[in-house]
Amino acid sequence: MTVRHFKVWRGDSAGGDLKDYQVEVNEGEVVLDVIHRLQATQEPDLACRWNCKAGKCGSCSMEINGMPRLGCMTRMSTFADDETVTVTPLRTFPVIRDLVTDVSFNYEKARETPAFAPPPGVAPGQYRMQQVDVDRSQEFRKCIECYLCQNTCHVVRDHDENKPPFSGPRYFIRAAELDMHPLDARTDRKEYAQSAMGMGYCNITKCCTEVCPEHIKITDNAIIPMKERVVDRRYDPLVWLGRKIFRRDQLEDQEAVAVTTQHVEPLTPQPDGSAPVNWHRELQPALGAPVDEYGQLPLNEVLSDRVGAASPFGDDVEFPVNPSALNYYHPGNQNDGGQPAGGRH
Amino acid sequence: MTHVENIEKYQYDVVVIGAGGAGLRAAIEARLAGKKTAIISKSLFGKAHTVMAEGGAAAAMGNVNSNDNWMVHFRDTMRGGKFLNNFRMAELHAKEAPDRIWELETYGALFDRTKDGRISQRNFGGHEYPRLAHVGDRTGLELIRTLQQKIVSLQQEDKKEHGDYEARIRVFAETTITELLMDGDRIAGAFGYFRESGTFVLFQAPAIVLATGGVGKSYKVTSNSWEYTGDGHALALRAGATLINMEFLQFHPTGMVWPPSVKGILVTESVRGDGGVLKNSDGKRFMFDYVPDVFRKQYAETEAEADRWYTDPDNNRRPPELLPRDEVARAINSEVKAGRGTKAGGVFLDIASRLPAAAILKKLPSMYHQFKELADVDITKQPMEVGPTCHYVMGGVEVDPDSAAALSTAGTVAGLFAAGEVSGGMHGSNRLGGNSLSDLLVFGKRAGEYAAAYVDGLASKPQVSPVDLGAAVETALAPLNRPGGENPYALHHDLQEVMGDLVGIIRRKGELEESLGRLAKLKERIAGVGATGGRRYNPGWHLALDLRNMVLVSECTAKAALEREESRGGHTREDFPQMSAEWRKTNLVCSVDGHGDVELTRKPVPTMRPDLLGLFETSELAKYMTEGELA
Repeated sequence: MTVRHFKVWRGDSAGGDLKDYQVEVNEGEVVLDVIHRLQATQEPDLACRWNCKAGKCGSCSMEINGMPRLGCMTRMSTFADDETVTVTPLRTFPVIRDLVTDVSFNYEKARETPAFAPPPGVAPGQYRMQQVDVDRSQEFRKCIECYLCQNTCHVVRDHDENKPPFSGPRYFIRAAELDMHPLDARTDRKEYAQSAMGMGYCNITKCCTEVCPEHIKITDNAIIPMKERVVDRRYDPLVWLGRKIFRRDQLEDQEAVAVTTQHVEPLTPQPDGSAPVNWHRELQPALGAPVDEYGQLPLNEVLSDRVGAASPFGDDVEFPVNPSALNYYHPGNQNDGGQPAGGRH
Repeated sequence: MTHVENIEKYQYDVVVIGAGGAGLRAAIEARLAGKKTAIISKSLFGKAHTVMAEGGAAAAMGNVNSNDNWMVHFRDTMRGGKFLNNFRMAELHAKEAPDRIWELETYGALFDRTKDGRISQRNFGGHEYPRLAHVGDRTGLELIRTLQQKIVSLQQEDKKEHGDYEARIRVFAETTITELLMDGDRIAGAFGYFRESGTFVLFQAPAIVLATGGVGKSYKVTSNSWEYTGDGHALALRAGATLINMEFLQFHPTGMVWPPSVKGILVTESVRGDGGVLKNSDGKRFMFDYVPDVFRKQYAETEAEADRWYTDPDNNRRPPELLPRDEVARAINSEVKAGRGTKAGGVFLDIASRLPAAAILKKLPSMYHQFKELADVDITKQPMEVGPTCHYVMGGVEVDPDSAAALSTAGTVAGLFAAGEVSGGMHGSNRLGGNSLSDLLVFGKRAGEYAAAYVDGLASKPQVSPVDLGAAVETALAPLNRPGGENPYALHHDLQEVMGDLVGIIRRKGELEESLGRLAKLKERIAGVGATGGRRYNPGWHLALDLRNMVLVSECTAKAALEREESRGGHTREDFPQMSAEWRKTNLVCSVDGHGDVELTRKPVPTMRPDLLGLFETSELAKYMTEGELA
């Protein structure tokens, strides 16, 4: 038995602070054991979620020394003997009290993700699937909904404004799971993920995969295949020819094919000569400068959460600007049959 | 008190208390019957204890062995429960389980498959044929997620139709019910608090389904989470319902005993089904010494025969490691008591030396993962240290087998239903592994269906009395008004000591009598429990409220355990080691009197129908029944 130094965030939605504790730690214990000892001996009202204490329910998500972790799966032996252990609530979600956050964002996104569509005409008991075909979806169904991936994803971490259009990695694997389900009757899972769940925001930094306690390869096995196949359809020569030949209203996947923001591609006018831009789409407002409550920029970079001075165009705009992400189209010279304008400038 | 309290009020047709498998299945059924339904979840939606179930859901689909059918399943269930089961519940369960499993596939569940593409089924202790539908070793998670997603899909339908996800079914997460409110002898509503804000809520509803799970948190070593405080058992008692079989608690034979951070976590029985063996500290495979006479015929006598069974089950008898859970738990307990256990008080469960590492990884992925991460133990290289852990309570609310309606001393409690672990009777004195997941589907559905039908048949709506409501508020606030009262964590610890030491796996008359005295004192102390801090998300306050339920249910267990002078299934009396055919005819029924004390009465076990009796050989029945019954 040793006595260790813990710092635990105490407070609620109105604010709070790290509090210091000296607490007993025994061999073989995990961080959640220590939190429980704090409750039993020093702070009976310390709020903390937990259920199974076995890494199966995903309730005790917290940030331990800044890393999103499950309290029950973080062994005390992984810290140096004299290391201070700092425990804080998940940063992406609003604090309720102490280590407990309001994770309702995730339940809202779950409700917005279209459910499994049973195959018509197949009676219960008549479902036939091969193991190799269900393996891929089963990987994603291992998810214990701890929301560590949602918490660590930089698209929404510190960016509340991205929460409405972005479902997050948990629901991308749900979409992928249904997309790869051998008997799911819906065929537009990837397109839906791209156009309605905000998968385009993801730029594959793999942070979600790194924190997943179930070791689900979220990025490699779900998000990338979903993105690739959306892009595949767009660059498929037959689809391309179809776009050339048919009128817009004859193209069935017109709405479904979303524009990726990752690659700059030359814009091609529609067969009827009209602009290849969806003028009705909603653009995200540019990220504003990191001003304080008085509207002032921080005095120096150390206090700012970003590197360098604020951009007048918005801190998240990169140059050259991807023309396909703008509600703008430069018609160029369409008569010479050459490369239309609107590409790289 | 009520004048200062702002109580949120809701009206529902059916309120389901508990969001585990049974609760969600009941809610789905009530909503499909067109009822406005609320689901009350003590923790977040989708975190219920059902996720802990690893092995699978037993259903005689006959996908792996076509000899299997409901009659074989029924037989196994009755044998496992030592013939104390409510035969009608066991019959319904065996008949309806396959449909309930197949239904899950239409909700999107993805079970492991056989070669011909059907649901694969695995062997499990006490089941004659491979019968457990499973997904690796995370079947419970698959079940809860599937039901959760089905509820979401129903909400999406409602959104389309009514413009609101919560038009007809709503989940109240992190909400605890502390009292059921009555209108005379009919259910009128439920009162509780929101964990997040500490504010109160009243559900006015004519029908309530209890699906609150078990009571394990009263024990020191348990696999159960903080939610398992016997809430539903206690709510039912206070509403006038009766509990049966409360002396029968299942101690899972193989919970982890080392290292301490994972003490109580279960090692699934499928480790043994897939080839794992139990060894004592001398390295001896000891289970062969513990095969009871009633099972002698079905189990191998030599290691060689047992080992052949894994590949050729038709021509060899099963290894004794696959005996029913209580037998294995008792055997481990005996080995440890004889001084042949490990330092931490367990025995070794060895699969590392029996299967190649790759095969272990494929068959037990989450087990491997769990041990590696939690304890830094590599199960492909070294044996695990395991011992008995409080796991499941067979006893619970006495129900009508067909409708899941809660019974009282004078008939039924109108409007109260119970399903899943909180109900009693289905499993008799001992539950077979895999029968709980199918139990909660079968009777969850029935409870939802009959609760909806009960609402349809109501002539007038029961009303909540303001006096009762005021009393419920006062009881809930009492600990906060006693900041100098006793520490709830210390009281909880004392209760666990009493139950673990005196009403544990092996019981004695003297100890049980002592436990009753100590429980009575604890009851007085709990009446003076205090809580500090505010009302927002205050675990100390919540524990203080749960203690009252835990001690009441513990009293039932201790009283019934003292009364039943025999050993059977999940109840082992050292002073009465034999099973008694006379006692088989008796159920012990608990109710509370006007002072809140537990009253124990005896009630005959229902007599099995002749057609069901005919499924057994007379020689087998003779092991359980009196001569008078057989004649």
